[in-house]
Amino acid sequence: MDSTTKKELERIAVKVRMGIIEGVHSAKAGHPGGSLSAADILTYLYFKEMKVDPSYPDKADRDRFVLSKGHAAPALYAVLAERGYFDPSELLTLRHTGAMLQGHPEMRHIPGVDMSAGSLGQGISAAVGMALSAKHFGSDYRVFTMLGDGECEEGQVWEAAMFAGNKKLDNLVAFVDFNNLQIDGTCDEVNSPAPLDEKFRAFGWEVLTIDGHDFDQIEQALNKAVAVNNKPVCIIAETVKGKGVSYMENACGWHGKAPGDADYEVAMTELRAAWQELN
Amino acid sequence: MAEIVKKATRDGYGTALVKLGEQFDDFIVMDADLAEATKTGKFKAAFPDRFYDCGIAEQNMMSIAAGVAATGKKVFCSSFAMFAAGRAFEQIRNAIGYPHLHVVIGATHAGVSVGEDGATHQCCEDIALMRTIPGMTIINPADAVEAEKAVIAAYHHDGPVYMRFGRLAIPVIFPDDYQFEIGKGVELKSGTDVTIIATGLLVNEAMIAHDLLETEGISARIINMATIKPLDTEIVLRAAKETGAIVTAEEHSIVGGLGGAVSEYLSEVFPVPVMKIGVNDVYGTSGPADELLDKYRLRAVDLVLKAKAAIAMK
Repeated sequence: MDSTTKKELERIAVKVRMGIIEGVHSAKAGHPGGSLSAADILTYLYFKEMKVDPSYPDKADRDRFVLSKGHAAPALYAVLAERGYFDPSELLTLRHTGAMLQGHPEMRHIPGVDMSAGSLGQGISAAVGMALSAKHFGSDYRVFTMLGDGECEEGQVWEAAMFAGNKKLDNLVAFVDFNNLQIDGTCDEVNSPAPLDEKFRAFGWEVLTIDGHDFDQIEQALNKAVAVNNKPVCIIAETVKGKGVSYMENACGWHGKAPGDADYEVAMTELRAAWQELN
Repeated sequence: MAEIVKKATRDGYGTALVKLGEQFDDFIVMDADLAEATKTGKFKAAFPDRFYDCGIAEQNMMSIAAGVAATGKKVFCSSFAMFAAGRAFEQIRNAIGYPHLHVVIGATHAGVSVGEDGATHQCCEDIALMRTIPGMTIINPADAVEAEKAVIAAYHHDGPVYMRFGRLAIPVIFPDDYQFEIGKGVELKSGTDVTIIATGLLVNEAMIAHDLLETEGISARIINMATIKPLDTEIVLRAAKETGAIVTAEEHSIVGGLGGAVSEYLSEVFPVPVMKIGVNDVYGTSGPADELLDKYRLRAVDLVLKAKAAIAMK
């Protein structure tokens, strides 16, 4: 990736992180940690990888994305807003009564959201259904999804993985946002889903492991993924929960808690500084 | 008297899927390793390339179906009622119901008439569960003819549909040219003293009850309520006003099913006695289906007693 492109993606990702913090702060609730860890991958998907057109969000042959770890909705919304699906001011009404942006992704009213999700383990199955539909009905769009690492403790994830592997759905790419933190502690302490690479491989998937904050690695992995035949692809993205906001990084407590006014100011000051650095 | 032809409603389901397959290619059919029993196997035999077996993973199947529907394609998916409505309730609620996707769930082997498999497989809670999902359409056909027509109607519908079929061969009561409309109850017998609102295999029992009551000078109106949600409130209200007493009849728990739907509605607009025939908040048990229908008091004679009790409460 050339340095200009990379810098542009990094700039967008900072804005996405600002959108996450603004949204969650305004909502006084939500999941900043897992949104921040997912921000770079989502930025790359919507700005570089996926064939989508914000002017025609329901276009039949568009690539699709399902946020299986639906609690990272603030990240998805911030990316969609940045990409032009809706006005970024909507982020300030996230989770408000009567607002468009629901606490978890909702496909009926939010432009760009391809599938309602949030109950863990189900989004990947829906993504499998979309990939199956594309294969069956002869469409060449691709389907992307993102799982949480803790989410991989849900049995349904493996039902979906088994089916996708058996049906050789090579139009499907599943990211695992591997930040190793879940609500009750580290994944290792709670009920470790590891080793995820061996598990997905055993289910018939091509598996790649990357640094989920490195745009070069994200790009290389997706370039490899598109060339894989007869297998779905799992990209295990090692990430930092809370990435980009110093006091949230690797802090379990910021899974499902909104920053108060003082913490909000600290976070935004840091992100503005990051923005300055890139300009 | 013409000979009684018996056929399971699940057979009507399978037949309809094949007919739809001959006419349309914009849908797929899925099952969870029960294709032979649910009768999606008929479709599988006719259109093997359009059939997907998800294996024994009903929750995954429901969410996959939601994904297919989210791409604008139609999909039928099947399992036993217990594992569709029961095991995969939350997938149906969140992935199919909440986004209001057009997935048709063909749930077979509902009720105690599953027979020998016993309580673990005799789902008497599915209507109650599905009724709580906003926007869900619930259809429980009374015979194989109605089942076939209802499946075709469900294909042309939009939004989630839960279709409830039985394992047991039951009398075919409707002619081939029977017209089915989602959301419409059908008055099969007129009557003035009491109304029996029945669904599924209890409709035939209600027809027998009508004749038994007639011999005692009691005029019972019989309504076939194949669509339980949305409830045909017009026909229910008219029955309440004109006959003053209602008996509901279903092969389902007395909690939350057709009886619940009718009671909930009438209690707010026109309270009259509503008595319920159903499985009385107990688990089923193993045994031949016909014996179980006797044991759980789901017969015409039971309806006769309830009808009289309802009339006495007027």
